[in-house]
Amino acid sequence: MQEVMKKRAIELLSDGTVAKVIGWMPGEFSYDMTPAVFTTAEEIESNFVYNDFCGANVSKYVMREQKKASDAKILVFLKPCDTYSFNQLTAEHKIVRENVYVIGVGCDGMADVEKIKAAGIEGITGIESDGDKFIVKTVYGDETIARADALAERCAACKSKKLTVYDEIIGEDGEVVENSGRFDLVAKLEAMSADERFEFWRNELSRCIRCNACRNVCPACTCEQCVFDNPKSGIDQKAAADSFEENMFHIIRAFHVAGRCTDCGECSRVCPQHIPLHLLNRKFIKDINELYGDYQAGDDTESKHPLTSFTYDDAEPSVIHERGNE
Amino acid sequence: MQRIGVFVCHCGTNIAGTVDVKAVAEALGREPSVVTSVDYQYMCSESGQNLIKDAIRDYKLTGVVVCSCSPRMHENTFRKAAAAAGLNPYMVEIANIREQCSWIHKDVAEATEKAIILGRAAIAKVQLNAPLVAGESPVIKRALVIGGGIAGIQTALDIADAGFEVDIVEKQPTIGGKMTQLDKTFPTLDCAACILTPKMVECAQNELINIYSYSEVDAVSGFVGNFSVKIRKKARYVDETKCTGCGLCTEKCPQKKVPNEFNLGMDNRRAVYIPFAQAVPKVATIDADYCTMLKTGKCGVCSKVCTAGAINYKQTDEIVERQYGAIVVATGFNPIKVDKYDEYAYGQSKDVITSLEFERLTNAAGPTSGKLLRPSDGKHPHKIVFIQCVGSRCTPEKGKSYCSKICCMYTAKHAMLTREKYPDTEVYVFYIDVRTPGKNFDEFYRRATEEYGVHYIKGMVGKVSPKADGTLEVQASDLIMNEQLRIDADLVVLAAAIEPDKSARPLATMLTASMDTNDFFTEAHPKLRPVESPTAGIFLSGACQGPKDIPETVSQAGAAAAKVIGLLAKNKLTCNPCVAHSDELLCNGCSQCANVCPYGAITYIEKEFVMPDRSKKIRRVASVNPAVCQGCGACTVTCPSGAMDLHGFSNRQIMAEVDAICK
Repeated sequence: MQEVMKKRAIELLSDGTVAKVIGWMPGEFSYDMTPAVFTTAEEIESNFVYNDFCGANVSKYVMREQKKASDAKILVFLKPCDTYSFNQLTAEHKIVRENVYVIGVGCDGMADVEKIKAAGIEGITGIESDGDKFIVKTVYGDETIARADALAERCAACKSKKLTVYDEIIGEDGEVVENSGRFDLVAKLEAMSADERFEFWRNELSRCIRCNACRNVCPACTCEQCVFDNPKSGIDQKAAADSFEENMFHIIRAFHVAGRCTDCGECSRVCPQHIPLHLLNRKFIKDINELYGDYQAGDDTESKHPLTSFTYDDAEPSVIHERGNE
Repeated sequence: MQRIGVFVCHCGTNIAGTVDVKAVAEALGREPSVVTSVDYQYMCSESGQNLIKDAIRDYKLTGVVVCSCSPRMHENTFRKAAAAAGLNPYMVEIANIREQCSWIHKDVAEATEKAIILGRAAIAKVQLNAPLVAGESPVIKRALVIGGGIAGIQTALDIADAGFEVDIVEKQPTIGGKMTQLDKTFPTLDCAACILTPKMVECAQNELINIYSYSEVDAVSGFVGNFSVKIRKKARYVDETKCTGCGLCTEKCPQKKVPNEFNLGMDNRRAVYIPFAQAVPKVATIDADYCTMLKTGKCGVCSKVCTAGAINYKQTDEIVERQYGAIVVATGFNPIKVDKYDEYAYGQSKDVITSLEFERLTNAAGPTSGKLLRPSDGKHPHKIVFIQCVGSRCTPEKGKSYCSKICCMYTAKHAMLTREKYPDTEVYVFYIDVRTPGKNFDEFYRRATEEYGVHYIKGMVGKVSPKADGTLEVQASDLIMNEQLRIDADLVVLAAAIEPDKSARPLATMLTASMDTNDFFTEAHPKLRPVESPTAGIFLSGACQGPKDIPETVSQAGAAAAKVIGLLAKNKLTCNPCVAHSDELLCNGCSQCANVCPYGAITYIEKEFVMPDRSKKIRRVASVNPAVCQGCGACTVTCPSGAMDLHGFSNRQIMAEVDAICK
């Protein structure tokens, strides 16, 4: 697959269709695949990588490249879940669709290197998919691990393998996954008492070091200036005031992306403290689905999300008030 | 640094009875930037206002906090007082320590503490207030009346009489409304058509009145003085400009089995029809649900017989967009459906009818040409039972909790007219209470009982059972005699409760006008502003605001017209300066604010910016039209960047208030 993608990228680059290619390259470690921008065939030949460690969502990099005051056409490789973010960014006028050539890449789920390491596999240098197993290449030789044991949590509960936007496809397009089970953990949290839930989140969020990785990676966090960085907002200093205010950073961020979050799960992937931040967003998504009917942000670029549109069937505020009392 | 004056009002004992006002003034006097803090009997009085004016001058105040009643009451009073003393009126903040404090608390210590907190929040807000200047917007000198019943007609006539243009939008093919279906009107017993049709004709003839019949309001945008309304002229498949109203098509149409809604389905009409002889406009309408031509493409009789060539099967709905300075809602009422009252056997017997059906049975233009005949066998009824309060003053699960107000009087009318025309008919009226508070109303009711011998029985009917011989056994209790009654009646008439027309709810949403739980429009103030909606520029006429009889409807219609005339007579309106604005440097162009704006006040523009590295970049940013913005604040809470903010209610001010309360 990687070789097909490389070949196609070089073709499009050399025939002038695109001037830049957004994909992945190895980072500090060989399992640490990082989004990258390529401008020459040589760079692609030597550095472009696509394997089961390429979980990073590159859609936001399209926005970043387009901000650089150039109309140069960009080639981007998008996995199914990345296409949802891409659509949402297009809907919010963050991406000029005409200036992007999208190659949809079929995906069967990405590996979570932390899980592989936890299984005692060390010296990882590469990965290959083999049916219901991953073959992990290490400096000590090949190791195998069951797919189910190494799959990233967000991929195990994948919401959709469907490519919602593309100019061409490499690999196979999939379907929206019914009953993905991605709300199971949220339901568990909902079943807790308010005090238990409060303790759960206080505990999880107490590990936050405010590195802002979740915010910076999030494709829904696209403000010119974040309210937490804006001295005029009057709340920029709040998060530093005490640990409770600090916890509010994540709650407020979840509110700000509510209705726009596509559930790509990048926030939890990049969190160095392993805080399950995506659960906050999933709670919002679950509530939206229950109160306003099923809605998937980034399904298309046209529909308005339920929190910024009004229909006669919308839940009455009293319903929400009552749910708050549960 | 602000110099703030705090003024705590006693409001007689309204506030001082529950709140220790002296303690409040003293505590707030210690707040930062407060240079004077006093209490007074009535701040809204002349001397109270002078107290504020003098303090502004003496202490060189830059901000004023009045702890008093709701800002809806006296905010304007205090703003004007401040302006008179040379302070920008928007530097005045009200802390509502009456409605939100003294009136709802009993414990003095608690209420006092809360009053101090509310005052502290207002002080925190005023610290961040900035002087604002109100702009002006023009007034479009045309009014829209939604609903062409007697309420809408009267309002339109009165507005036109003052020289302003009026459009009436009526969803039926003709104006006239419910009153066209009535026979006689209480308490004078003049014929409804005789007094209504001249007004309908007047509407048609008045050059300033434009009637959109068979039309509905599709969308409303804009604001007081400057509404833009999309009117859907539903396809009636007849060219209004060509149709002469000769009625030939309505006679020749072969589709004869269409229930005639004008006679409440008690007889049939054709698929092409004119509701009644005096319809305005007198134009035929084709009922697409029944027309064979429209359904199957085979027929075309009406088109063949029409000498004017007015039939047009290809007509489609047409959208007309018109601008208005004011909108009057006159959507009226409907009797409730009585099918669910099984005990009254409405669904089981044709001889159990509603009062409106009774009205049609006694009307010369009705299905029986005015002869009172039983619907089942066409025989003359000799014993009639009227049941009052069917669904009125009821439990909310079953009916309406309110009194429908008109039923006592029209039932007395029905009873009296029956006895007058058919003295051999016995008439019983079952009631909970007889309510006749109106000019000449009680006299009217007494005539029914004393002169016409109508049997009024206090008590409710428990059950109506159709019997094999065609009569209806009415089981009831007489609460005064304390006995159970069984009456074999020939006809039972139900005084069904009335409810707002179903079109009112979606219309209220379009107009952003508020409604009560029964879907009646709410007035800006129940006593002092009864014909205005709380939404500026929206006025209320007739039963859409609450149950009303004709005299009351006509008075309210006139009052609404007077308010509209008062508005249209102005050339310019002062705008609310508390509107949203976007910080373009922060705006990320996501469009969420434009999505939530109910007034369409936000557009996006491409604008060139100089970036920090001195390069130029075109960015997409939000732009607010201050004349259209109503300051609701929906955009400010939606904007994730905090780029949208509201003058007078900025995010920082609200945060400061919250902080002051939580301190």
